[in-house]
Formats: sequence, C-alpha cells, structure tokens
Amino acid sequence: MSDAPADATEDEVATEEAPAPEPELLHGAPVTRANGQRVAHVERGSLVAVARALRDEGWLMCLDVTAVDYLTNPTRVLPDGIDPERFEVVVTLISHADRERLRLRVQVPEADPTVPSLFEVHPGTEAMEREVFDLFGITFTDHPDLTRILMPEDWVGHPLRKDFAVGSIPVQFKAPSRG
Amino acid sequence: MTIAEHEADHDLAALTDEGAQEMSPRALAGGVEVLREVGSVLRMSESDAMLDAPDDSETSIINMGPQHPSTHGVLRLMLELDGETVLRTKPVIGYLHTGMEKTGEQLTYVQGGTNVTRMDYASPLFSEAAFCLATEALLGLEVPPRAQWIRMLMHELNRLTSHFLFLGTNGMDLGSTSMMIYGWREREEGLRILEMITGLRMNHNFIRVGGTAADLPDGWQERLSTYLDAIPARLEEYEVLMTDQPIWRERLQGVGDITTEEAIALGATGPILRSTGYAWDLRRQMPYFAYDQVDFDVIVGSYGDCFDRYAIRLNEIRESVRILRQCLEHMPAGDYRIQDKKVTPPPRARIDESMEALIHHFKIFTEGFKVPEGEAYAAVESPRGELGCYIVSDGSGTPYRMHIRGPSFVNLQVLPHLLRGGTIADAVAVISSVDPIMGEVDR
Repeated sequence: MSDAPADATEDEVATEEAPAPEPELLHGAPVTRANGQRVAHVERGSLVAVARALRDEGWLMCLDVTAVDYLTNPTRVLPDGIDPERFEVVVTLISHADRERLRLRVQVPEADPTVPSLFEVHPGTEAMEREVFDLFGITFTDHPDLTRILMPEDWVGHPLRKDFAVGSIPVQFKAPSRG
Repeated sequence: MTIAEHEADHDLAALTDEGAQEMSPRALAGGVEVLREVGSVLRMSESDAMLDAPDDSETSIINMGPQHPSTHGVLRLMLELDGETVLRTKPVIGYLHTGMEKTGEQLTYVQGGTNVTRMDYASPLFSEAAFCLATEALLGLEVPPRAQWIRMLMHELNRLTSHFLFLGTNGMDLGSTSMMIYGWREREEGLRILEMITGLRMNHNFIRVGGTAADLPDGWQERLSTYLDAIPARLEEYEVLMTDQPIWRERLQGVGDITTEEAIALGATGPILRSTGYAWDLRRQMPYFAYDQVDFDVIVGSYGDCFDRYAIRLNEIRESVRILRQCLEHMPAGDYRIQDKKVTPPPRARIDESMEALIHHFKIFTEGFKVPEGEAYAAVESPRGELGCYIVSDGSGTPYRMHIRGPSFVNLQVLPHLLRGGTIADAVAVISSVDPIMGEVDR
C-alpha cells in the first residue's frame, strides 16, 4: 500500500497497531478510509459475491447506487492493484447492528460499461441501477427491467457523463427603459 | 391491445435499444420483470407471479396519473387490474426531472445550497443539511454548537410542516376535507415562523456550509412557543376527527402492509421502515447535530400498514414538539457559523471598515472556496427517510459530482408490493401513506 494516501495508512496503524502496514482487506477487496467511512474497492466480477457475503454479515440494506464519470479527473488516489477507469459505480451499504456505512467502489472501463446487477441480493437497487443506466449509460447485467427512468425513452445520450454538454438558452438582457 | 399493436407503438423505443418505460403485457414482459411488478420481494417464484393472470385478455392495464389528483404531483402509475383488484404496478417517473445533479456540478459549494433546497420542496432544509454535512466532512470543519442547535431547531420545525402537509393531503385523499384545511392551517403557521427566521417560506438556503445563513431573529422564542403551545390540543382534535373514527380506521388498517424484511430488502427508510416495528431513526442511531443531547422517542408501528404510517407521523409531530421545547430551553450562545474567512463571509459591518473583509466577501460570492480532493457521504433523517448526499471533489470550487440519495425515490419501489391485491381505492390510501415528494424523486 505504498501509493495509498498517508492518512489511510496512519488510520490502519492507529486502529490495528500492526507493525507491518498490511493492507486491510474485505472479502479480498482493499479497504481505504475516506472521512471516517470505510471504502472497499471491489473488482467488477466479484461485486455480487462480495455484496452477498456482506449482506450475510449484517450489511442488510443497500442505501444507494450511483456512479461517477472520472473523464476529466483521472488522477484520483486508489489502492495498489486497482487501476483507475473512466467510470466508477459507488454502492453504499449500511449495517444497522454496527451503525456504520460502507461504500463499495467499482471501476468500470469506458470500452465495456457493464456491471453485474445487485438486484438478486438487494431488490431495492432496481430503481437506482436504472437511474445510473439512464444518466451514465452503464449497463447492469441481469437487471429485470433496464430502461430509462428519469429521461424520456427516446432521449439520445446520457446526461451525467462529463462529455454531455450542459444546455443553455441565450438570454437577451435589455436596459430598463427610462421615462 | 394485441402484442403486435403494442410492438408497433413502441417502435421508437426499439430503435434506441433502451426499451419502453411502460408496463408491458405479461406475454411480453419477462418472468423477472413480472415478479418485480407484482412487488414480490422474498417469497414468490416467477411461475407463481405469472399465475395471477395467465391470460392478458382477462386483465387491463390502465394509467393512474401523472395528473391524477391523489398522486401528489406527477407520479404516474401503470396498474394491471383484474376487475378492481390491482395485480401489477409500475411507477413511471421522470416528469419533473430537471437535471439537478448535473446543475450541481456547475455551481460552487456556496451556490449549491440553492440547488439542492429545491429537490424536496416540502422539507427543503434537510437536503441543504445533507449537502452541507458532506461538504463540511470534506473540508474537515467543526461547526459551532449554536449552529448545530439552530440547524436542529430548523429541522424539527420543518419536520412539523412536512408532517402537517402529509396529514392534510392524507386526509384529502381519503375524503376528509376538513383535515385538509386543518393540516394546511398548521403548516402555514409553521411556514410563517420559518419565514421569520429564514426570510422565505420554502427553498430557504438557510443551512450553509460552516453554519447557518443568519442568527435567529429577535423574538423567535415567543413566536415558537406560541406555536408549540397550540399544537397538542390540535393533535387531540385530529385524534377525534380521524384516529378514533371507524371509517378512517377501516380505510387504513390492514391496507398496504409490509414486513421488516421486505422493507429492508427494498431499501425503504423512514416511516415506512419504522411502521414495521423496526426502530431505525438516524437521529437516534447515528446522531448528527445535537440529537444525542435531546430527549425524544423513536416512534414505531407494529403492522406496517397505512394506519401505522399515519399514526407514526402524527406522533412524530409530538416528538418534534418535545425536541423544539428543548431547543427553546437549551439553545447555547455563541457563533451561528464558523469564523473561517475562507468559508463563511465576514459580518456585514466589517466590510465597510476592512479591505481584507471586502476581498474575502467578494471571493466567497464570486468564486467560492476550494474543497480538498476526496469523497464524502453524509445523511440526515428527513421526514421521508434517509436523505444522503454523496460529493466527489476534485479540489476545485465546484463539486466534481454531487448526488442526492432521495428517500422518496427509493421508497417508491415499495408501491408494487403495497398495492398488490388491493383495490384502486386502497391504492389512493397507499400512495398517500408513502408520502412521496416528486421533486425529490425526479430531481
């Protein structure tokens, strides 16, 4: 974990008091900390397995599924072994027993923007995955009904991608007439 | 409608390869999709779901909304009916979508509050708070105690107005027009206090990064305590008017019930989750602001039906009144915002005498402040459930990505489950009891 941010390494040393800075792993996924919350960087292929194992451990509810398009900001800090890709799907889980939230970050390449759907594990991700599909164009395999949800169904493009321009309407300002 | 006609209708969708948003006949919808639309979460197999209506000719698919008066705005439900019984439901949303998350990427952190406050227009202070908490987590700011208490006071006041709005519309939906008037009356009084404090009835942008926009005005204690004194007696009136009334109970008890496991699986939070007897309230379980210093109860139901959800909101008003009374009593003195020139503007009087203050003021309102690179998620308990804000910062003055986890959006997913097997009249009661705010659903 040589390239990991300094504060994450310090946290681990402080909490575990381990002499060797062994990277913390959660079902094989390296874990970092961001503002006090644990973040697990999960491989795309193992997302469903990890989510299922976590659910059985008490991370009962999936609060949120969203995505980030890192097109114009590729230099973010990731743990060793995780290659940055253009898209990142972010899943927020909550454990009611531990009163803690956990974030799963999944790297999704631009060339193949597909992610396995969490619908089997958490049926409540259905609408959220549709939203990510609609606004980012990331396909969720095995989703029961992957259609646009917020945009009209004949809309072209995926608005929250960074290369989707913000629309604007020219406004003509006039000086107030005197008299 | 035959399958061929249906396909012809949806040519456009077929071309864009993204499928239709509408509910399809059973013969076209896949097994898993039907399972989804009957609201099955845990118990039913695909073949069981198909058994409801093996033949599409026996059922009809109708639209309820988007302009149906009981759909609280522009919610459109597609219902598959067998006679008057609802078999499948599909919420179709997006009619209010204005791309607020995209807009949030264009606005600075100072301007961001004006954007998120317009999402949930019935409880705007909650989205502001989630946005500010996430930004403050990124900045590593510690907000002064008085600011925390003012935020808590505003939240509870806003929870009152939001729940009164629910009581009014819930009454209206179920035919109790006097309740509509009463709910609105109480809400207006609450909004007048909010207006006195923030200057606006709605879309306040009052909770800002680093504290609040202003201190509490003179005389707020009297105004607030007069309001709080009036509420308990009026709640008693509601109990007589609705809770004790056989027709009201008949309409709500046992209608639209859900279990804890199903609510958790569907991601439902807030009164829907608590109505199943599951005591999960972020104010108590994961306290923010000063909620760990005030005394209040988490209200839970037992049956997870519409009546429980009504009763929970009614009693949460009582708990909010309790918290507000403690705010009146224990409001600490001190700063209402952090004294950090880079984040909060200088006091107005300083601008006239200090060049530096003028520069800071100018910088904050033109280009904002820079937020360190990173990501943060913060959540508050809004009247509808967990309202979270996820912000990714690239180190500049505008969020790289700003996402709001709207409780109404996620809670809508329980509708197919709640509606299945009920009648259309029940559907009105169920939609009302979920209390969705479409501004937040569509964002």
